[in-house]
Amino acid sequence: MKYMLLIYNDPAREPAYGTEEFKAMMNGYFALNQKMNSAGILLSGEGLAGVETATSLRIRAGKVETMDGPFAETKEHLGGYYVIDVPDLDSALRYAAEIPSASHGTIEIRPLMDYNPAG
Amino acid sequence: MMASASGALAVSQALNRLAREDRGRLLAALISRLNDIQLAEDALQEAMLSAVTHWSRSGVPASAKGWLLQVAYRKAIDRLRRQKTANKVGADMAILACGEDFEVNDHEIPDERLRLIFTCCHPALAQKSQVALTLRTLGGLSTTEIARAFLDSETAMGQRLSRAQAKIKAAGIPFAVPDAAQWPERLNAVLAVLYLIFNAGYSAGPAAGHDLAEEALFLGRILDGLCPQEAEIEGFLALVTINHARRDARIGSNGETVPIGAQDRALWRRSEMNAGLALVGQALSRGRPGPYQIKAAIAACHCEGAASDWPQIAMLYGALLEFEPTAIVRLNRAVACAEAGADASSIDGALAELDAIEAALADYQPFFAARAELQARRGRMAEARADYAKAIEMTRCEADIGFLQERMARL
Repeated sequence: MKYMLLIYNDPAREPAYGTEEFKAMMNGYFALNQKMNSAGILLSGEGLAGVETATSLRIRAGKVETMDGPFAETKEHLGGYYVIDVPDLDSALRYAAEIPSASHGTIEIRPLMDYNPAG
Repeated sequence: MMASASGALAVSQALNRLAREDRGRLLAALISRLNDIQLAEDALQEAMLSAVTHWSRSGVPASAKGWLLQVAYRKAIDRLRRQKTANKVGADMAILACGEDFEVNDHEIPDERLRLIFTCCHPALAQKSQVALTLRTLGGLSTTEIARAFLDSETAMGQRLSRAQAKIKAAGIPFAVPDAAQWPERLNAVLAVLYLIFNAGYSAGPAAGHDLAEEALFLGRILDGLCPQEAEIEGFLALVTINHARRDARIGSNGETVPIGAQDRALWRRSEMNAGLALVGQALSRGRPGPYQIKAAIAACHCEGAASDWPQIAMLYGALLEFEPTAIVRLNRAVACAEAGADASSIDGALAELDAIEAALADYQPFFAARAELQARRGRMAEARADYAKAIEMTRCEADIGFLQERMARL
């Protein structure tokens, strides 16, 4: 099954750039990327630029409304994601637990919708 | 006429017994083949219905469980074929390719219930759903019975069950026993569900429909049979066995809850109590301590001697804090310390600890009941009265309200 691991971060709780904690976090990401790659389960994964760069758009009554900021004003923001292909939720959870941001943010695990069940 | 009437009776008795004792096992065997709880449930239900017809005509087969399993499996395949044009998924195709060959004798039916328990109690499901699913699939309770036990409407409980089953499928919750790294945490989740079931029965009492306390014991024994020598499961069984042995003594003549220290020990069921105490020893002797074993040891310290061994209980709560660093365990430890010391300074020590955890337990009725008791012992009647009033206001259980009102009146 394909799962997206959505990485939510509270910027206030994330290690600051340049600190030892930040270096440890990045090394954790490098190690996890490598592990997922060599297991052959990583389909894609990216980090997102800061939430201050976010722009939101919606169409209401046929008019495009463009706004500064993310969709929802919350403490924790979407900061990145992985898409992995693993047998079941338990294996997805095992990888999610190795995401460094899990120790200060939250990882949401969502199966991808299967548009072609006959496969 | 007579023959067919007694035959029908024999069939319905056989089916009732199977539904009670073997439903979980049959269901688990089906799920391991079909990978779909809902489909397995519906198919087994259909098979039981056709058993009524067939068995009444030709008698209960020698291999009744094998018969049900095979018929249920065929029914499931029929269902899958009917949906063929709708949305066919790869896994279903594989099942259809396997064919209908699922002929087994009773003693050959593989026991897959452990996998089923871990699926039902998966932490990706809400705990209330875990409880409901476990009672439904392994306990064989009907949706109506589960709804009644948890004071839910039948519709709401039905929706909860079908949402949980849908999530198992859609989120890919595996039908599997967790690996060694996950085992302690996942086993703890299973035991938490069984303990919730036990306590729901314990507070409702056997009068309220299905006896959930007995149900939790039944499920605990199944689990113990599936993983023998697992110290935490033995600890859980010991804990509920000891508590259950006190069932006749915990409600007073006016329907009020009687605290353990005031219970008439002659009403405790001695042989059950001794079995529970022996289980505590057996679990602890394995040298792998865990939260349920510690809770069982605490229950034993209340029951073994002529009175509760408070210094030992205080120490055990301290040990429990390492597994469950919660405000509730701190509250219990503080109360045990006050009881163990029983002088003004140990009561003050306990009250200071309660101050530190008050914010975390603002919605927890036993916190106010405990503080009221401690305040009263220090002669602060106004404070005690206020805390009792608060505790009464927060209590739903009639028996507990009776107890608290009686304590308040004594001030």
